[in-house]
Amino acid sequence: MSLRLKLATGILLSGIAASAASAQSLVYCSEGSPEGFDPALYTAGTTFDASSHPIYNRLTQFKVGTTEVLPGLAETWDVSEDGKTVTFNLRKGVKFHSNDMFSPSRDFNADDVIFTFERQKNADHPYNKVSGGTWEYFGGMSMPDLIDSIEKVDDYTVKFNLTRPEAPFIANMAMDFASIQSAEYGDVMMEAGTPEMMNQAPIGTGPFSFQAYQKDAVIRYLRNDDYWGDAAKVESLIFAITPDASVRYQKVQAGECHVMAYPNPADIQAMKDDDGIVVMEQEGLNVGYLAYNTTVAPYDNPNVRKALNMAIDKQSIIDVVFQGSGQIAKNPLPPTMWSYNDAVKDDEYNPEKAKEMLAAEGVEGLNLKIWAMPVQRPYNPNARRMAELMQEDFAKVGVTVEIVSYEWGEYLSRSKELDRDGAVLLGWTGDNGDPDNFLAVLLGCDGREASNRAQWCHQPFEDLIQKAKVLPTQAERQPLYEEAQVIFKEQAPWATIAHSVVYMTMRPEVDGYIVHPLGGHIFNQVGLSQ
Amino acid sequence: MLNYVLSRLLTFIPTFIGVTLISFAFIRVLPGDPIIVMAGERGLTKERYAELEAQFGFDRPIYTQFWEYLTGVMQGDLGNSFVTKRPVWDEFFTLFPATLELSACAMIFAVVLGLPAGVIAAVNRGKFFDRALMSTALIGYSMPIFWWALLLIIVFSGNLQWTPVSGRISLVYYFQDATGFMLIDSLASGQKGAFASAVSHLVLPTIVLGTIPLAVIARQTRSAMLEVLGEDYIRTARAKGLSPGRINGIHALRNALIPVITVIGLSVGTLLAGAILTETIFSWPGIGKWMVDSIFRRDYPVVQGGLLLIAVMVMVVNLTVDMLYGVINPKIRKR
Repeated sequence: MSLRLKLATGILLSGIAASAASAQSLVYCSEGSPEGFDPALYTAGTTFDASSHPIYNRLTQFKVGTTEVLPGLAETWDVSEDGKTVTFNLRKGVKFHSNDMFSPSRDFNADDVIFTFERQKNADHPYNKVSGGTWEYFGGMSMPDLIDSIEKVDDYTVKFNLTRPEAPFIANMAMDFASIQSAEYGDVMMEAGTPEMMNQAPIGTGPFSFQAYQKDAVIRYLRNDDYWGDAAKVESLIFAITPDASVRYQKVQAGECHVMAYPNPADIQAMKDDDGIVVMEQEGLNVGYLAYNTTVAPYDNPNVRKALNMAIDKQSIIDVVFQGSGQIAKNPLPPTMWSYNDAVKDDEYNPEKAKEMLAAEGVEGLNLKIWAMPVQRPYNPNARRMAELMQEDFAKVGVTVEIVSYEWGEYLSRSKELDRDGAVLLGWTGDNGDPDNFLAVLLGCDGREASNRAQWCHQPFEDLIQKAKVLPTQAERQPLYEEAQVIFKEQAPWATIAHSVVYMTMRPEVDGYIVHPLGGHIFNQVGLSQ
Repeated sequence: MLNYVLSRLLTFIPTFIGVTLISFAFIRVLPGDPIIVMAGERGLTKERYAELEAQFGFDRPIYTQFWEYLTGVMQGDLGNSFVTKRPVWDEFFTLFPATLELSACAMIFAVVLGLPAGVIAAVNRGKFFDRALMSTALIGYSMPIFWWALLLIIVFSGNLQWTPVSGRISLVYYFQDATGFMLIDSLASGQKGAFASAVSHLVLPTIVLGTIPLAVIARQTRSAMLEVLGEDYIRTARAKGLSPGRINGIHALRNALIPVITVIGLSVGTLLAGAILTETIFSWPGIGKWMVDSIFRRDYPVVQGGLLLIAVMVMVVNLTVDMLYGVINPKIRKR
């Protein structure tokens, strides 16, 4: 039943119930409320869906559906020979949105780029402390150390001077925190004494302009008819915030939404069987793992770690914990990432052999703590259940498992400790589609006592990833990352468990939706057939 | 009566200070550091952590933090949310009308159905109607809200398509919130069909949220009525030949109302607790879900400010109930 027909029958049947908005409005049932609308202030995907994707652009951008980096507000860029200077040549004629408080007097230019990054970098910048600016992503991607200075060469040329060569920098410029803000809007709001409006009434250059937000209920956007790229196909975009997954499903069925995110794994089969619903799927750019503490005996011995990995029945975990919405991970990189080494062979599930290997290493009566995360994540929808399954698996090879858990903040901070007792269940979702964002962050020597939960520092691996980081082209970097994955597998600092499969559910009239591997929900290219 | 009200108001002050202290302490007693929760899996360097700690004021002694909070509260400043960066006060008053509207409708639903049901059950004590009503009330009281809500959505919104699935109004209507009460705003907007849409969106959440108070009020009214109906003065009234309607409606019900009003007052707390689930399921933008999200994120200003405001509301409701006792039973206000 078409949305319009549904609308008509809805009103007829009840006399009062109206359905979703007009055919030229795309209604997306989102899972939660954005924290705000300035993407640089936040880290949550829900916030980026509502802010950076519809409202803003970045210097570079990811091609939707891939991790390929394309020109954005920068048409071209040049990297100096030493890799320490990146010059962006900016696009001309790009218009900022306007609202009740602001009409731009000029097009986008170099001042906007400098404003966007200086407010995050420079503690003395008037916008640095506005809206309690913590700039977590800017800091998390090491930008304060990496960017030495930003220079305006002319109105349409900006030069970034870096402290070291860094190949992923171009991809980092496509990340949400790098969304370009209007310096002019910043000035106007500062003068009006309402600088926080940049976060509440956003102005960008993106395919949709922000219209209104009713907290925890509805976000409305209008198509930006002056957009520099391909204009959005629908006149307006509406986010109907619907926290419960079963209710989102009902709303799609009832025609109150066109698209919904994060279906319940248990509902997916019924959705696939329903002719009135289209289900799309793609491997997520993430990995769920069990990280041993490689600094504590006997887990400092790769053979012991390898034996333990062979005791884990990963297929059962995929069936029970992911209910099919996941796939077995053999590498620390997800399969959708360039340089994924498919030639690597996963450790076979063989409890007998694992038992023998443990005995050969003189390990007997081992007691292991497994840390189960208290929160749900795509890479691990139920850590407690996963830990229980591992407990059973390890019991078969004579290893006694105690499952521990802490409140999420405690979990994150205690699991970083160098002398931590036990193996930690955790995972990672990619930020910029670059292998460095997984291998260096999660397994590099600098990450110990931080995001490297295995506390693993293995020089041959470290040399490869450090070398790959500064090479200029993907072709040169790829073999190094492939080799690094082979070393990882031999050394087994983690048991790689799973990559999630991301599902998107929509009505048949939705046209052109593409599941994005970086996890965002993007509607620029989506239309509605009648 | 004025002395009575004033004496009740005086008890407000220590309660208010106590609640301020408890709400401040409560969220800090829970394990979990808001800065670490905010950074998530990505983590922070030690230097960055220290900077943020200083920015949020966590590096100062706890009594200094409390004193600053208390002085802020006295000046009407509850601080800004760590997450949205907006004033807690603004967020509360953006969301509170939605909760109030839903709770009021649920309470009206519960009272309008529960009072007569209880009276009728008491008058027909032991008969089929009494038993059927009380069994239904017990089922209503025991029903898990989550399950009940989804069942109603599947039947009435999914299969029958009589009501919308969730939200406060259909997305075709768009107007600026004037009061935050959707029934009023939709009427004031002048848009055709907007008010009807707002009403239709209220139906299921009202039933879900009102079910437990309805059951409690029906059962309480019945037992209070039964007690009163056994009193000597009712026998006297009957002996005088008064009509059953007059006896039950005026002599019995008025005296049975005191415990019923107590239950209604106490139900306000239940409604707010139930609102958390109801609001989540029906995507109702109220304070219930706001508070739960804030507890998970360790958003200290929102949790402590929200708890304080909710506590003040419950205190005001209790005060109103106390005053109503006085109106219904003059003996109480003379004590």
